[in-house]
Amino acid sequence: MTELTRRGFNKGLGATTALGALSLSGIAPATAAGKAQVVVVGGGFGGATAAKYIKRFDPKIGVTLVEPSKRFVTCPFSNTVIGGLNTIDYITHGYDALKGLGVEVVHDSAAAVDGAKKQVRLAGGGSIGFDRCIVAPGVDFRWEAIEGLDAGTAARIPHAWKAGAQTLLLRKQLEAMADGGVFVISPPVNPFRCPPGPGERISLVASYFKTAKPRSKIIVLDPKEKFSKEGLFKEGWAALYPGMIEYRNLAEDGLVRRVDPASRTLYTDFGEETGDVVNFIPAQKAGKIAQVSGLADKTEWCPIHPRSFESTLQPGVHVIGDASIAAPMPKSAFTASTQAKVCAEAVVNLLRGAAPGAPKFINVCYSLVGENYGISVAMVYGYRDGRIVKIEGSGGLSPSGATPEFRRKEADYTRGWYESISRDIWG
Amino acid sequence: MRRAKFKAAAVAFIASATLASATLASAPAQAEIASGAVLANTCFSCHGTDGKSAGDMPTIAGKSEDFITRKLKAFKSGELEATIMNRIAKGFTDEEIAALAKFFSRR
Ligand SMILES: Cc1cc2nc3c(=O)[nH]c(=O)nc-3n(C[C@H](O)[C@H](O)[C@H](O)COP(=O)(O)OP(=O)(O)OC[C@H]3O[C@@H](n4cnc5c(N)ncnc54)[C@H](O)[C@@H]3O)c2cc1C
Ligand code: HEC
Repeated sequence: MTELTRRGFNKGLGATTALGALSLSGIAPATAAGKAQVVVVGGGFGGATAAKYIKRFDPKIGVTLVEPSKRFVTCPFSNTVIGGLNTIDYITHGYDALKGLGVEVVHDSAAAVDGAKKQVRLAGGGSIGFDRCIVAPGVDFRWEAIEGLDAGTAARIPHAWKAGAQTLLLRKQLEAMADGGVFVISPPVNPFRCPPGPGERISLVASYFKTAKPRSKIIVLDPKEKFSKEGLFKEGWAALYPGMIEYRNLAEDGLVRRVDPASRTLYTDFGEETGDVVNFIPAQKAGKIAQVSGLADKTEWCPIHPRSFESTLQPGVHVIGDASIAAPMPKSAFTASTQAKVCAEAVVNLLRGAAPGAPKFINVCYSLVGENYGISVAMVYGYRDGRIVKIEGSGGLSPSGATPEFRRKEADYTRGWYESISRDIWG
Repeated sequence: MRRAKFKAAAVAFIASATLASATLASAPAQAEIASGAVLANTCFSCHGTDGKSAGDMPTIAGKSEDFITRKLKAFKSGELEATIMNRIAKGFTDEEIAALAKFFSRR
């Protein structure tokens, strides 16, 4: 791989900007000093958005995106594939639009990100130099937290918490299940990607059972006391799937201690449940590249400066999306993408020697309880005293007891959101 | 295509300048592409890139500044009922609404 970095670039650039050379055209003074290089690791919601928006803000900056997959399958709307409402093609996107914007896409994995040497080492050999790096690897699983399961047993007990083959596997198992069967699902402990995701999955499996396998049951073993949009989900389940879903939380012996993959049995403190199909979603941590590159702290997530998403552990390297510690923002695709835009802006400003602006973000998590029954939770976030804060008075849940018309509209907007955000990122 | 992008950056810059002076007086003044563009960017996830929707969300690109301002203020006050925009508009100041209206009206 060629060394793409020009040393001393940042300093030169800062000086130019200070002289007021930045014109309204948005052309960075970088052109005079050489080409600034940003490497983005991960082509999911965070990384692909960051790559696009750096180009959008300043097409003169060189952007290389490192992502192993040629096609990205989104977790958002993967529950509709599991429920049989959509095909996997609907949630699969490519990188041609990004290439069209001038992003260089390298289909490889990053083996290490070295903030000191300003280099990303590739698994396939070679390395790429950077002035700034943006890391968005999503999550990995804490298999060590559950007895009996590992990456290998996922072929029998799918997590389907990374989309693609796992999504199709869970769908196939549900299709093969006889009517009257039992589906057992166990959501993870906090923090994890997509807090309302398990509720949506339970809903869309129930919607599939309702038409295809109406005598079947769903048992939920949740290690938490409460879950996202609980009241709205339970209201929807009572209306659409009465009697089908049995939900046990922490107080109701919902914490799974051990799983036997062979018999598909989950053991809790006081009992056990055997399923015909079992979906165990493991506890999570920042993606492996963050762990091996010194970007994660002892929580196994990545601390960042919220204004720029620059790592507090590795200067020059930014971490966005699920892997970052950005509470009170939840780990969602919307969050990852909106953080990526804030981060892209900060990176462009920093490369110009300017300070990043004060960020403001929206997150909305839509969920489908049924094909025509949507619910949402929203929040607007700002930046104050070095922290991301909720803007008082904003956000909140869809109303309970809303009309069917309201729920139908929110279901249409759920699809509208997916189509807009997918096109915004992958073209 | 290139020209369009440069123009976009310019408008973004103007929007941010407006905002910076309106609400970020205490922040370092040198941010070049700042919160105006990013403010609008966070709307794109629903309303589409530059406010051009890809599906069932309303397109807001090219609507008049006055229309967007009136809508957002009515969502904020609760005068106009909606599925989601009340919850969103309440998170933005009148100055931010003005900058957003300017941004989307020029797309
Ligand atoms: C079932 C389900 C439903 C969901 N529904 C929604 C929803 O409706 N709305 C919503 O907002 N969110 C939803 N989410 C959450 C959303 O999927 C995540 O929050 C989002 O994907 C986070 O984006 P990210 O960029 O951090 O990670 P990802 O989107 O997972 O992207 C990470 C990328 O990094 C790549 N990568 C990892 N390691 C390396 C490496 N070493 N080198 C190079 N590349 C690497 C991976 O291949 C991957 O492409 C859902 C999640 C699930 C599981
Ligand atoms: C979560 C998705 C979502 C986000 C994010 C969002 N909107 Fe909306 N917007 C909607 C929906 C849905 C409507 C239709 C009214 C309703 O039901 O809330 C709407 C309506 C509007 C309208 C009125 C359009 C018309 O023709 O009547 C305007 C203006 C608007 N939004 C501006 C914005 C701005 C500016 C932002 C960013 C600060 C934003 N929206 C963020 C979903 C969203």
